[in-house]
Parts: sequence; structure tokens; C-alpha cells
Amino acid sequence: MINFWWIIGGVLFALLNTAAGLIWVERRMLALWQDRYGPNRAGPFGLLVVLADTIKLFFKEDWIPPFADKVVFVFAPGVVMLSVLMSFVVIPFAPGIIVADLNIGLLFFLAMSSLGVYSVVLGGWASNNKYALLGAMRGASQMISYEVFMGLALMGVVVLSGSFNLGEIVEAQRKVWFVIPQFIGFLIFLVAGVAETHRLPFDIPEAESELVAGFHSEYSGMKFGMFFIGEYLGVTLISGMLVTLYFGGWLGPAFLPPVLWFVIKTFAFIMLFILFRASMPRPRYDQLMEYGWKVLFPLSILNLMVTAAIKLWLNS
Amino acid sequence: MFSLVRSMWLIFLHMFHKRETFQYPEQKAPLPARWRGRIALTRDPDGGERCVGCYLCAAACPVDCISLQATEDEAGRRYPEFFRINFSRCIFCGFCEEACPTYAIQLLPDFEMAEYNRQNLVYEKKDLLINSEGKYPGYNYYNVAGIAIRGKDKGDAQQEEPPVDIKSLIP
Amino acid sequence: MPIIHIDNKAYEVKEGKNLLEACLSLGLNLPYFCWHPALGAVGACRQCAVKVFKDEEDKKGKIIMSCMEPVKDQLRLSIDDKDARNFREHVIGWLMTNHPHDCAVCDEGGSCHLQDMTVMTGHSYRDYHFTKRTYNNQYLGPFLNHEMNRCIQCYRCVRFYKDFAGGKDLDVFAAHNHVYFGRQQEGTLESEFSGNLAEICPTGVFTDKTLKQHYTRKWDLTSAASVCQGCGLGCNIIAGERYGAVRQITNRFNGAVNGYFLCDRGRYGYEFVNSKQRIKTPMVYHGPLDKANGIPVLQHVQQRMKPGKTIGIGSPRASLESNAVLKELVGAENFYLGVSAADHDLVSLSLKILQQGPVRSASLQDAAAADVVLILGEDVTNTAPMLALSVRQAIRRIPVAEVINQIHMPAWQDAAVREAVQDNKGPLYILNVQETKLDELAKGAYHTAPDNIARIGFGVSHLLSSKMPEVKGMSEQGKAIAGEIAAVLKTAKNPLIIAGYGGGSEAIIKAAANVAWSLHDMGIDAMLTYTVPECNSAGLEMLGGHRLESAVDRALNDEAETVIVLENDLYRRLNQHRAEQFFGKVKDVILLDHLYNPTAEKATIILPAGTFAESDGTLVNNEGRAQRFFQVFSPDSAVQESWRWLLQIANTTGHATLSALEHLDDVVDHIARSYKVFEGIDTLAPHAGFRIAGQKVPREPHRFSGRTAMQANVNVSEPRPPQDMDTALSFTMEGYRGEPPSSMIPFFWAPGWNSVQSVNKFQVETGGPLHDGNPGRRLIEPHVNGHTPFYTEVPEPYLPLREHLLLVPLYHIFGSEELSIHTPGIAERIPAPYIMLHSEDAKRLQVTEGHLLHFTDNGHHYTLPVIVNDTLQEGVAGIPVGLPGMQISEAPQLIKV
Ligand code: SF4
Ligand code: SF4
Ligand code: SF4
Ligand code: SF4
Ligand code: FES
Repeated sequence: MINFWWIIGGVLFALLNTAAGLIWVERRMLALWQDRYGPNRAGPFGLLVVLADTIKLFFKEDWIPPFADKVVFVFAPGVVMLSVLMSFVVIPFAPGIIVADLNIGLLFFLAMSSLGVYSVVLGGWASNNKYALLGAMRGASQMISYEVFMGLALMGVVVLSGSFNLGEIVEAQRKVWFVIPQFIGFLIFLVAGVAETHRLPFDIPEAESELVAGFHSEYSGMKFGMFFIGEYLGVTLISGMLVTLYFGGWLGPAFLPPVLWFVIKTFAFIMLFILFRASMPRPRYDQLMEYGWKVLFPLSILNLMVTAAIKLWLNS
Repeated sequence: MFSLVRSMWLIFLHMFHKRETFQYPEQKAPLPARWRGRIALTRDPDGGERCVGCYLCAAACPVDCISLQATEDEAGRRYPEFFRINFSRCIFCGFCEEACPTYAIQLLPDFEMAEYNRQNLVYEKKDLLINSEGKYPGYNYYNVAGIAIRGKDKGDAQQEEPPVDIKSLIP
Repeated sequence: MPIIHIDNKAYEVKEGKNLLEACLSLGLNLPYFCWHPALGAVGACRQCAVKVFKDEEDKKGKIIMSCMEPVKDQLRLSIDDKDARNFREHVIGWLMTNHPHDCAVCDEGGSCHLQDMTVMTGHSYRDYHFTKRTYNNQYLGPFLNHEMNRCIQCYRCVRFYKDFAGGKDLDVFAAHNHVYFGRQQEGTLESEFSGNLAEICPTGVFTDKTLKQHYTRKWDLTSAASVCQGCGLGCNIIAGERYGAVRQITNRFNGAVNGYFLCDRGRYGYEFVNSKQRIKTPMVYHGPLDKANGIPVLQHVQQRMKPGKTIGIGSPRASLESNAVLKELVGAENFYLGVSAADHDLVSLSLKILQQGPVRSASLQDAAAADVVLILGEDVTNTAPMLALSVRQAIRRIPVAEVINQIHMPAWQDAAVREAVQDNKGPLYILNVQETKLDELAKGAYHTAPDNIARIGFGVSHLLSSKMPEVKGMSEQGKAIAGEIAAVLKTAKNPLIIAGYGGGSEAIIKAAANVAWSLHDMGIDAMLTYTVPECNSAGLEMLGGHRLESAVDRALNDEAETVIVLENDLYRRLNQHRAEQFFGKVKDVILLDHLYNPTAEKATIILPAGTFAESDGTLVNNEGRAQRFFQVFSPDSAVQESWRWLLQIANTTGHATLSALEHLDDVVDHIARSYKVFEGIDTLAPHAGFRIAGQKVPREPHRFSGRTAMQANVNVSEPRPPQDMDTALSFTMEGYRGEPPSSMIPFFWAPGWNSVQSVNKFQVETGGPLHDGNPGRRLIEPHVNGHTPFYTEVPEPYLPLREHLLLVPLYHIFGSEELSIHTPGIAERIPAPYIMLHSEDAKRLQVTEGHLLHFTDNGHHYTLPVIVNDTLQEGVAGIPVGLPGMQISEAPQLIKV
């Protein structure tokens, strides 16, 4: 039992620090790719900018617009944090380092990530502001759509490993990482993952050049901070899932402990997310939906059917 | 699709490029001469105030942050009795400079004018007037204008004939 | 109505106009310079070129000057034609060859017709690189600046100054491309209408000199529709303010009143608003034993408002609202009219005649359409200046009407018509105590004492109508002139009879009524104009109240302790002796006024009242036309409208009806409901709740500059702009940009038309009324019931008395009005005090021109230099009225010398 609390505490500590640190990492990386330095003044390498930002967020006026729906307005940013953190419960960081080893871990992840929609919709709705509402509506349809392909893409992995338990999925990759047999599935999951976390280039619900700041236009102070942290947690989560599902989780040569392998791989994906942001333009909203339903959807179905057929054929 | 991957790659390669940032304040950025910074009122080659108080800059200013009052001295020169720019409103668009028919108001390559107190951003004429012709040396509005001032009578400006003798009917 | 085709579109236009007028009336943009709706066309500038085509097939067409071509049915023309456009652009190019590079220092800039037309024609690049012609300028007096280099030789100035306004001292000199518009010698322009040159001249040659002292561009002015305070005619003006000071007065076109012009008193008399003598804060006089220091001023007032012992004195230069509120506050039985006995008698008589008689009062524009004019005992140029301009137009117009039929030319063909008319003038007869400026136009001018003028008037009416008594013992000369006048009047269609306060005689006013009424009985559509001394004299008399003298008596009987004086200097109303008595007796004088004056010296409480520029209100002019004037700016001191002060006082005393009123609309509605005579004044302008497209009407043009810097020296955070709760105007540049209702037009501007010429865009047709009617409303209409209340007692003739002189009042356009003399420019033109004598009288009194004459009147001692003028009758002496330094002596009256 004590062990269990240690794990929870450790995971929580690591995650929150990662999310906060990502503020700095992202800004430095973006700068790197844009021939700048990024934050380099506060503390060594500008690391303390994280602290400065946090302090700033804490001291900002925590303003609730008079025209907003107060309860929902306060509640919405919590939802995003909660749902993402809950998803981490099922991720196996290393053998034995997992909060809850559910045998329906993957389904639990999907369920939790769909809860994330609520925070966007509720936040936008409660703000009672046209831009926020537009952002929320976009966010809802985008996230709901992409969840479909995400789930379908994952089914390929399930078919191959024969389990919904994430630990078992990792174990099933001892021979070969699923990214090889499931390359199409991996790509779909990657795109859907970016859309799910509404990161650039799919930051359509926020789209600052069109919607001010989308669903969180009216948020400030720590409530805005929660959306912000929620986003970075989401990035970490999707990276972690990618590693778990397609890149063999903690598996790796024995000269490093398994946890470290997991962390290294996850960070590589986080970097990829940031590179996306640095290099890709945002599609139009209709393009995004069209791409999802007309390309990704058939592709994921096809992927699932082909995988299942091959598996059946191999098994028979 | 390929172009996306390619641009990702190209951007990735920027990691190894030279940084463009100037490490201000240790390192100052070289500003071009036409940089639109602090606004000054310049002087004629003969040292007189160039501004004739025509109000065109004030009218051109999109944020309406220039106000002045024109008046005339005993030599017949027009000048602003007061001239005020509220730099806490100015957006350094340079419209005022473009509107000015006398080259009096000029934006200079200097941006270091931050203040802790907003009130200090209100510049009066004494803060604006400089002892220089700025970017346009040699120009003197009164040499091309038709009005007479002390020391420049009718007919003395560039390309002017001497005043006509209205008592004469000779063709 | 003829149809003309402009650029292949058919338009219905009015007959008798020229093509330029037709195009402009249709709202089309066509540049012009020399044409002016009031001056007609001479085709001098070649700017209004268009192309006309013979018929639909004609593709070549020919270029003509649209201002010289009458409208013809089925005429085809093109404004947009390439040749026509090129032609116009070249014309501007040529005009510009000599034009100086002056816009930056030119006071016309931003409201310059030449700038507008240059932009309109598209001439944007100077392609002439040779030398420019220059001129020397002239000093033209305190009102106008001269900068001849800017002239484009359109001749508008001389056509207005000489032909229209009858000036003698502005002309065109030299020849060919050297023509020069100025005076023969440097010196002050003599015409009383010279200020209009600043608006008539399409360039910056003539500009407003008072504006130059505190120069502001038109786009930077906060302006509002206002009414001139200079005399009783109620000309419409636009007043513009910046930085808390009124900067300029311009004409506000009103097709029924002043049209396009103003007199110089009205245009330049505004500077009292900016005077150093302005009262800006409330003041309470404290005796040494007074312990009540530090309490709000209204409480002081309240303590002094003793029931039954408080009287109010109204003012003919305060708005109707202020007077009415004061009357209500003190009660009708305690309300006195703050006008001199003579003015009261004259104005109330004139009003009675207009209200009860069958003849209608004439507006200024009606007057300009009269076909015979008879002036009785009035020097109109000095008592009601714009009326003199109207009389000039009438006299000028009459022969034109005759001549255009002979030469088959429309009236707007100015040059041709002038040539045909030559020196012919319409019939004008003037009877006055001395010569006047209009005498030069008159068929007959006769100078005699006021009673004799009245007698001739009675004589004329006797000749017109047998019902009138015969005037016994008239001189041969008098008989002859009466006969001549009567004969001409009999042939008239709409003659105009003018009399008024200037003659200082009730008999003259009655005689004028008799003449007009007998004409009316003959079936002639006569008009009657009575001048009144001040901007709201008529309104105050219509409101009604007791005579000022009885207020003095009441004070002397210890029946009044506190007197509230509304915008008035009682030393100008009472003779000094009576005024001293009055102030010596009353305990408290509460004065609401804007300038520190002798009455203020006696006041125990002074409340700073707003001038016209800081107030909203209503004035009634001599015609009986009520007109609304609007607050121009919101002062940053305690200054507010008198009626607002009075309402606040009413609030502290708990006055039942008044404490329910707060804003202008409340007061105006209350007056309209309570007084039958003022019915309808609530419809003079839209109410405060009025909005166009949900917006107020802005007082500032959309180019208004400096909003975030004007007050930044005080505080960098801009204060909230003042809110106008009283009217539908806003004090900012935000609001509806289109055309406001005619009664509240704050400034004239239209896209591409920055100068005053933009008024074309606000008119139904060029020179016609404003789009939704000329503002103002007549409150007095004639009473026609078949019975005419003729006056029958003929005054005795005035015969000189030994050792006596009859003092008659002489008025001066610059000097006789109380407020305008605070303008430095006007002060410069005020004559020194004098007494005017006939040479025989001078001989008798052993004085000559320039000598000082001493005399005593009513215990007051006067010493005045003598001016000799033989057009006065013997035994009559003229003294100027109201000049500063000229303590009032009542006139007319007989004095012993
Ligand atoms: S730079 Fe632009 S904003 Fe600043 S004063 Fe000039 S016109 Fe105004
Ligand atoms: S535009 Fe130039 S000359 Fe005109 S007021 Fe401004 S600074 Fe002075
Ligand atoms: S007259 Fe008009 S065009 Fe000429 S200098 Fe003056 S503002 Fe400019
Ligand atoms: S002075 Fe003015 S009105 Fe007169 S001719 Fe010249 S431009 Fe025309
Ligand atoms: S307006 Fe027609 S020629 Fe001048």
C-alpha cells in the first residue's frame, strides 16, 4: 500500500514538473528552430522563467467575467487537468511502476480522453462570449471526430497483442515494436493525438488569429494556467501512449533502467510535437474535418480490417 | 504531404543556424536611419523652428496624440505656441512625419524612452525640439512659400518675381 | 419641368436655372469658383466646364461653361466626359501656376474651396516650373487678413463687396495677369459686411483675422448651431470652440433669415466669451461679521430668498428659458423686465402692432423681395445691419426684374444683367434724423426730428386711406415727400415698411403701422418690419412682466429686499441716479451674468452664467421667429446656463413646479405648455432623446485631432468626455456622420467639400431652403378680421426751442451693443463719445467741431466733444447710445443747455 502511494506521488510529481518544464522546453526549442535564443535571462539557461511564469499566473487577477456562468466557468479548467491526469493512471512507466494495472487500460484511456472535450465545451460555453463559444464548438466536433479514428487505429494494436491491458501490450512488443506492423495505425494515432490535444497545427479551437484565444478567451490567472498545464499534460500523455503502444514502452537495451527508456522515448515524441508546431501551418476548419472523415476514417477502417485479416490468416 | 515533411526537416536544420537575436541591452541593434522611433521637431538651416503649426500632423495621427496651438511671432513666422505628443498613445506609425509639409516633425532611430510613470511620456515642445535639421538638411519652408517674413519679403522666395506694381498698366 | 440628360441619365430639373445650379442641386459634384448662389454667374473662372451634345447621335459635343448655360428641355450634357475633365484639370493647373506654396500657413487650409476643387479635378502634380507672380498685401483693418498671392482672379470679392453689399472701398486694380483685389490705399474696410469676404473668397486671400489670433483648423473645432447675439434679427451662426475658447463664428445658412451672410458685429463680436472679465466662479460677498463662509453658494442664495420680498429682473439678452424660469421662481407679480423704459415702450408697442394688426412681419429674406421700401426713423445699417443688406438686395433686384424681360436673360446672368440695369435702382424712401448709409440708394431721403418723421408717416397714410386723419400744418417739403411716397406705394405689390427702436419714438412706430395697414386695406400685400434692440427683446416682451421703473419704486418703498438680476447691467437700463438709489436700497443683489460689469460691483452673490456658447436656449427675433441655439462646448469651470442655476435655486427652496424640471426639454416643454404665445417652441429642434441610426449628432468633425493629447499635460489618462443631457448633440466626434436635422447642423461638411461651399449639399436646391426646412418657427402671425386698429392721434410737429436741444439716440454697429465691444477688433472701431449738432446750433452755443460741450441732465453732468452735421434738423442733437465711457443719457428727451 505504501508503495502504491509512493508511485502515485512520484508520478504526479514527475508529471506536473514535466508539464511546467515543458513551458520552458517548448519556448527554447521553438526559438532554436527559429534562429533565436528563447528565454535565457532568468536563472541558468533561462530555466527560472518557469518559476517566473508561475508566479505571474498566480498573481494575475483571477477575473470571472460578470456575464459568465460562474460555477461552470470555474469548474471547466479543472476537468481538463483531471481527465488527463486520470489517463496516466493506466500507463506503465516500467514493470511495476503503474498506478492501476487495469486489464481494460486502453479503454480507460479512451474514456478519459473523451472527457477532455467537456472542459473545452464547458469553458467556451460558460464564458458567454462569441469567440469562446465558436472555439468550443470547433473543439467539440474536432475532438469527437478524431477520437473515432484514434480508437479505430488502436484496435490494430489490440488485435496484434490480443489484450487491452497496456502492460501486456508492451510485453507483446518484445520481438518487434508495433510501429513496424502497425505503421499506418501509428500515423493515424499520431495525427489524431495532435488533434485530440488541439496542439498546432490543429489548434483550431484556439486559433488566435481568428478567435482571439478561442474557448479560453475569457480566462486569466491560474484558471488559464490550468488549461495551459492541461495542454502540456496532454502532449506528454499522447507521447507516452505512442511510446507504450508502438515503440515498446519501457523496453530497450539493459544498460539503462526501463523507466529511463520510457522517459527518453516520450521526450523524443514531445520534441516531435514541438517541431510540428514550429513547422506546420494551421489548416482551415473544414479542411480538418474533411481530412478526418474522408481520409483518416477510411484508412483506419482499412488498417483494422487488413490487420485482422492477416492475423486471422496467420492464426488459421 | 511530402512538402510537410520537407518543411519539418528544413526547420529542424535551423537548429544549426546562426542566431539572429541581438542580446539587448549589452548589444545594441544597429537601427536604419529611417527607423521610426522617438519624434523630434527639427530646425531650419538658419536655426529657426521649422514647424509652422499647420496641424496636419495632428490631423494625420490615427491615435490623435498630437496637439498644438499655432501662433505667429513678430517676424511673421508661424510657430507652435505649445506642441504636445502623448507618447503613451503614439504607435510610431510615422504618419505625422509624412503629413508634415515643412519636414519639421521627424521620427528618429531611438526607441529607448520607456518610463515607469506614464505621465512622463507626455512630451512638450521643449522635450521635442532639437537643434538639428534631422534627416532633411538644407530645407527651409519659407524659401518656397509665398508669405513674407522678416528678412524675406515678397518676391524673395525661390522662383518668385518681384511684386507687381499695381499702378502700372504696361503690358 | 424640363428633363436634361447628364451622362446619359435623365433628370428632371427646375426651369430658369443654369446647368451648374441644376447639377449641384442634383447632388452631383461639379467644380466652380466664380459662380455663387447669391451672386449669380459671370463665367470668369472657366472651371465649371461640361460637354454638351446636340442630340443622341452627337459623339463629339462641345465644351461650354455650365454656369452660363440655361437649362433646356432634352439637353444632353456630360460632366464625366474625358475632354471636359481634362479641360477642368488644366484650368486648375493654370490657376495654380502662380499659386503660392502656402497651404501650411494659410488660414483657409482645411476649409479651402480651392483645395477642394483641386482635389476634385484631379490636378495633383504641378507641371509649371517657371517663376511665380507676387503681390504686396494691404492692411485692411482688424477683421480681415489680406494675402493677395493666393488670388485666382474669380472676382467674387468685388462682386460681393461692391455690387451686393454696396461697399465703395474694395476694387480691382491693374491689368492683364496683374489684376489686384484690394483698396486704393491701405486702410480699414468700411463696409459693415466685409467679414463675408472670408467666406465668399474661395481662397485664402481674405481670411478672418480674429481667427488668426488663436488659429484653429475647421476640422479641429467643436461647433454647434447657434444664433447671433448681436442684434434683434437672430441671424443663424455656427460657433466653433477649441481649448475652451470660442475661435470663430461662421455663417449658418438659413433661407428665411440671413441666407449666406452675416454682418461684422455678428461675425466678430464673439470674443466676449473669451474675455478676461468673464465670471468663472460663484462669488459671495462677505461682510466682516458674516460667519457663513464655506457653505455652498446655493445655500447662501436660499437664505436670501425672502418670500414676498424677492424680485427678479429679466433680460433681453438672456434666453427665453432663463427668463421664464426666473419669472416662475420669483412669481409673475415679482418679475420685472430688465429693459429701459424707452425700449420697453417701443418693443411692446411693436409687438402689439404685429400681433393685433393685419400686416405680417417680414423675415430678412421677405424683406429682400420687397418692391418698395420705406424706412421711418431708422438707421438700419447700425440698428439691424443685416436688414440693410436685405434692403440693398430689394433695391437691386427691382430693376433686374424689369430688365430681364427686355433683354431675355435669366437673372443669374450677372454681368449681362448688371450691364442692362446700369444705375437703376428700386424705390427706397428714407426718413431719418440724420443721413444714413442707405441714403445713397434712396429715391428720396429726408432728415428731420422724430415727431416730424411720424407726421410725414401719418401724412402718407392719410393719402393712402381717407380713414386717416389729415395732418395739419405740414411743411411744403413734407407734403411733397409724403405725396411722392404715397404715389409710389400705391403702385407697389409687396412694399416693406421699416421702423423700430432706432427712432426712439412711439409715434414713428404707429405711423409705420398706419402706412402698412392702409396699404393692406387697399389690397396691397404690405410687410412690416420693426427692429428690436437685443437678441431676445421680443421674447422677453412676449413673456411679459412689470416695468423696471416699478421695481425701483418697490425697492424705494421697502417692499423688496433681494433682487435676482438675470444677465443684465442695470446701469445700461436705468439712469445712473435711479440705479444708485435702487442698489442703495435693496439688501441683496444676486447676479447671474457672464461678464464683470457695474451691476456686478453691487452684487452680494454672483453666479457665473453661460454665454450663448455655453448654453442651450431659445431666442425670439424681431420677426417673432423663435430659434434654438445650442451649447458649443462644456466649460471646465462652474459656468452653467442661467436657467440651470435658477432651477437649482428652485430646488433648494423647494419650488413646487420648478423642482420637477431638470433638462432643457423639461423647461422648453413647460414654457410651451404654460404660455399660449410660446406654443410650439418645443418643436424647434429634436428632443434630447433624438437619435439617428441610434446615434447622437457629433459636434466635432471626423478629422478632429488631438483627443489623446489635448489634456495630457494635466493628466495622461483622458477624462471621460462631457455628456450632453440637454440635446441630441454629443461633445465628441462619435456619432452619426450623415446629415442632421436642419435645426441642429453643427457644421457644414460633405465628402470632398470641406469649405463653406458644402452648404450646397444641405439644400433642396442651390440657394434654396435646407433639406428639412429652414429652422425656426414664427410665433407671431397677423390678426386679420377686417378691422384695422388705426392710430389717429397725430403728434405735434417738433419746433426748435430756444436754449433747448432734443437729444436723439444714434446707434453704432460697433459700440452700441453691450457684449460685442469686448472684442478687441470691434473695440478698435468704436467711435469716441460725442454729441452731434447742427451748425446753426453749434454757432448758437459757440462751439465748433471738436470743442467740448457741457450740459447737465437729471443731475448728471456730461462733457462731450462736438461733431457738426447739417443733416440733423436744427434744435436736434444726436448722442451715441451705449458706447463705453458714455454714461447713459436717456434719449429722446429735451434738455436745456
Ligand atoms: S507616429 Fe503615428 S501615432 Fe505617433 S504621433 Fe506620429 S502619427 Fe501619431
Ligand atoms: S505637420 Fe509639421 S509644420 Fe505642421 S504642425 Fe505638424 S510639425 Fe508643425
Ligand atoms: S488658398 Fe487654399 S490652396 Fe491656396 S494656400 Fe490657402 S489653403 Fe492652400
Ligand atoms: S481675392 Fe478671392 S474672391 Fe477675390 S478674385 Fe481673388 S480669389 Fe476671387
Ligand atoms: S463657375 Fe462657371 S465659369 Fe466660374
